[in-house]
This record gives sequence, C-alpha cells and structure tokens, in this order.
Amino acid sequence: MEAKTKDLWVFVETNEDGTAKNVGIELLTPGKMMAGKQGGALVAVVIGSGVDEAVKAASEHGADKVIVVDGPEYKHYSTDAYAIALCTLVEKYGPTSMLIGATNNGRDLGPRVSCRLHTGLTADCTALDIDEETGNVAWTRPAFGGNLMATIICPNHRPQIGTVRPGVFKKSDVTAANAEIVKEDVHVADDQIRTQVLEIIKDMGGENVDLEGAEIIISGGRGVGGPEGFEPIKALAAELGATVGASRAAVDAGWIAHAHQVGQTGKTVGPKLYIACGISGAIQHLAGMSGSDVVVAINKDPDAPIFDVADYGVVGNLFEVLPVLVDEIKKARS
Amino acid sequence: MNILVCVKQVPDTTEIKIDPVKNTLIRDGVPSIVNPFDGYALEAAARIKDKNPDTKIVVLSMGPPQATAALKECLAIAADKAYLVSGRTFGGSDTLATSYILYNAVKKVEELEGAKFDAIFCGKQAIDGDTAQVGPELAEHLGYPQVTYGLEAELDGDTLKVHKEVEEGVEVIGVKFPCLVTYTKPAWDPRYPTIKRKMAANKAEIPVLGDDAFPDIDTTRIGLKGSPTNVKKTFVPQKKTGGVKIKEEDSAASAKKLFELLSAASII
Repeated sequence: MEAKTKDLWVFVETNEDGTAKNVGIELLTPGKMMAGKQGGALVAVVIGSGVDEAVKAASEHGADKVIVVDGPEYKHYSTDAYAIALCTLVEKYGPTSMLIGATNNGRDLGPRVSCRLHTGLTADCTALDIDEETGNVAWTRPAFGGNLMATIICPNHRPQIGTVRPGVFKKSDVTAANAEIVKEDVHVADDQIRTQVLEIIKDMGGENVDLEGAEIIISGGRGVGGPEGFEPIKALAAELGATVGASRAAVDAGWIAHAHQVGQTGKTVGPKLYIACGISGAIQHLAGMSGSDVVVAINKDPDAPIFDVADYGVVGNLFEVLPVLVDEIKKARS
Repeated sequence: MNILVCVKQVPDTTEIKIDPVKNTLIRDGVPSIVNPFDGYALEAAARIKDKNPDTKIVVLSMGPPQATAALKECLAIAADKAYLVSGRTFGGSDTLATSYILYNAVKKVEELEGAKFDAIFCGKQAIDGDTAQVGPELAEHLGYPQVTYGLEAELDGDTLKVHKEVEEGVEVIGVKFPCLVTYTKPAWDPRYPTIKRKMAANKAEIPVLGDDAFPDIDTTRIGLKGSPTNVKKTFVPQKKTGGVKIKEEDSAASAKKLFELLSAASII
C-alpha cells in the first residue's frame, strides 16, 4: 500500500492492567528521531482494555498523537483481535513506518500484520536509522546466532515495519502530556478470535521470569553445579530486584526451568546489567545476552569466553563471590 | 489426522568462525543440520502420533537440492512422507516471499496427497535468520489461526490444545483445525531415529516441487525481486574491548572490588 502520511507509528503493547509495556515507551525515543527525519509526526498506537495509564505514558514520553483502541476483547492478547485492530488503523491512516516491540506478542503480531498488508518486516532489530532522502529505514539486526549483523531496507513498500528488542533504547524523560488523543472504535466479534486461553500456568508459584523486560538479570550456568547452586544467585537477585536467568547447560541438566534460559534456544535479553555466574559463554548464550548494557562475569576459568564480552570480569568462585557481594550491597544500603 | 511439518536446513551456527582478516563469516565446511526448532515441531507431531497412530506426518522443506539430507533425517525420526521445494526462481526470497511460496507448496502437497492438513507445525524460527516470521506469515496466507511459542500439543476432539510459553509461564491455548503452530524448545529432547527407519529413509524418494510446479503462482511475489525487504549490508559485530578483569588475593576481596567498581559507575 501507499503511505498516506509521513507519520511514524510506535505500537505500544499493554499489560492486562492497562499499563504500557516498557518497550513501547522505549521505542518512542528512536521514534521521535525518525519521525523528525521523515518529516512526520510521532504517533503511538495503544491497543488494550482500560488503557488510560498507557495512553498517558505515551503522551508523556514524546508522542505527538496517540491513537487508542480500547475494548474488552483486547484485555488478553490474541493474534486475531490485535491483527484486525492494527491493520484497520494502518489502512485508515497510512503511516510510513511502524515500530513494534520484539516481545513474544510483538513477534507473533508483526508478521501476521505485515503479511496482511503485503509489506516488509524486519525482526528483532538492535539499531535503527533513516535515510532522509529516500525515507527508508535502515533496520539493523543480528543473524547467525549473533555472529553477523545485517542491515535491511524495505524500499518499495509502506508501511515499513520492524520489531525492536526491548532494552535497546532508553525511555525519554517525562514531559508535559499534550499529545492529541484519537479514540478509534474497532470492534472484534468473539467468533473472529479463533484461539482461546483455556488455562494459565504460572511458572513455579508466580515466580517472575519476565527476562525480556528485566532491567537486571543474574544468570547461572554449569558452574553452579546443581539446583541448590542457584540459591546464592536468587539471593543476589532478591537484593537487586533482578530476574534469574540460566544458560542452556543449567536448563538441560534440569536445575532450573526452561523459562529462565537465555540464549539461542531461550530468551534474547537486553537488561541494563547482566551478571553471568559460572557461565563459560558459548556463542549460543552470547547471542541471547550480548545486547546487555553492562555485563559482569564471574567464573573460575580465566580463559572462559564470557570474559571477552564482559565489562567487569571476576576470576573466582561464584559461591565465595556472590555472598560477599550481597553483604556489600546490604551494608551500603543500611 | 494429517500434520505438515515445515523444516529448514541450516548451517550449524555454533560451528561458524570469523575470518580474522576479511572480517566475514567462514561458511565453508560448516555442517548443515535440521533447524533445531523444526526438530521440536517434528517431535510435537510425533508425540501426537504416539497417542493417535492413524496420524500422518508429512515434512516440507524449501531449499537447495542438498536439503533432501534434512528431509531424510526427518523421515528417519518420525515423518511418513517428505517433499522438497527447490527452484532457481525461489532463490533470494525474503520471509514474505518464502511464506508465499510455501503457501503454494502446501496447496500443491495437499493436492498430491489427496487430503487437507489439519495442522501445520513449524519451528519458532530458524537459527540462521532468527526472524520467526515465516510461520505466522504462512498462517496468514492460509487464513489459519496461529499459536506461536508452542511447547507441546494434544488432541481434544476437534480442538488442538497447545501449551504456549509466555513471559509469565505457560498458557494452554485451544484452537480449532485447521491451524498453524510454531514451536520453541520444550523440556525434553527430541527422539532419535532407529536404525530401521534410518535405512528406509536413505532409500526414500523425495519428490521435488520445482519452478514449474506452481503454474498459478504470482511470479512478481517470489525471489529477490518479489521480496519487499532486501539486505543492504552485513558486517561482523565489534567485540567488546576494555573490560576490567578483577582478580584480587581472594574471592571476598574480588567481590568487594567488584562492588566498588559497580557502585562507582552507578550501575548498582
């Protein structure tokens, strides 16, 4: 389709309580820069149920306009309802570009929408730029398990769409909320939603494993030696409000659930701080965490490849290092 | 019950090395494997067949002629029949063009098999491209509902119950046939082929659907020219340098040093 405007859209995914997921607000930061270069407005698209908080957040973080679709059918994410809503809006307004957070839902929705609109999609980007002359976004993303970076363009189709990893961009400072709010009524009938949530099984008593949205992750690998080896990691995580991650070796050994796995066959994460404990740093693991701002590695083996990507590398026994670190943090806080 | 499993032959990305002079990937000599996520999709189909022996599992791959090796591996593990889509005009396709070709291939294979597929299983993503786009795009072309990040699935009458990995744990999603499910890594390892199946797979004839297999395909939507996205450049990421190594006289001292550095840099 042809673009009808020079606007850049950011799809702001919402939680069931109507708040915005972090990544949607983060993407308003590069969105502002790109909309400026495109010569259009920055538009946040908020879909969900009871989403006033999310609309306010988008408005406070730089959106010129917020398009809102609010209805009970959007409370729990479904591919069908969200694809109908988003495609309806794109067809009506015709943006030039669109950013979607590369969460599980974002990566479920993006290809469905881009295929329906018959346009290009670039997945899981870690850098964005724009060619002012052509208006083409340069979407940069890792491939081959992080061994290679590729820059992709979508020259002849609009909107050009990309999913962008959480944590790559930082939220802007809060400003006065003065975005224009546009409410759109897109109703999706029950029988148009062809999937049904039958049951929700929380991971081991509601333990938080939102690795993709985590600001701090403490991960354990083969070096933790067993399920009880995760105790000092959990203690540090509790102290820092962090999420517990794991390498494939620890998951395959059955020491911790797969939901905790970071890496190629697990989650791709981009926290502000990543602490790798007893993880050697196989390329598959690095592929999942190399987008972290600061990496700390604790490992007995001074030649472990994890030290190649670490900002701070401690050569030592994690069972001796972690408790002292916890004590130091407690001391500093008291 | 008819299940189609889509598989891709990929280079084993763990074996890829970087040419230190040219700063490019060395792909020569890198072994080809069945994309691990597609292996989980095949295992999910095999588990359904374990409980419902009248299930037929067909595997479909698009790629160069060598991809028959990946299909034979799938036949040895659990598949009953395999088809390869391979043609010059398909080369250079991005995910949208690839999914459009696969859509045409699904229709063709259904015609050849004389039966519709109730479910199409794919890996969540391939480990070379890592896009996770082809599965949902294929579902869109077919007009089928999709469930992504599946761990396992079971039949319940006319419904498929899929355990889906989500950020907060696992959801059980009910979806009616026909549908498409993409799979991520479950808690178990896929089964190994038996010697008997391996021998049979080696002898199996794998039909190839070539350039002329789809007379009605829209040729403006396939190959490099039919792809909305193209690769502008590729480069090897810079390695991080200048990391601080901490090795004090004992672990406690190292931990204290680490804390000092992290708090001085306002990281914690």
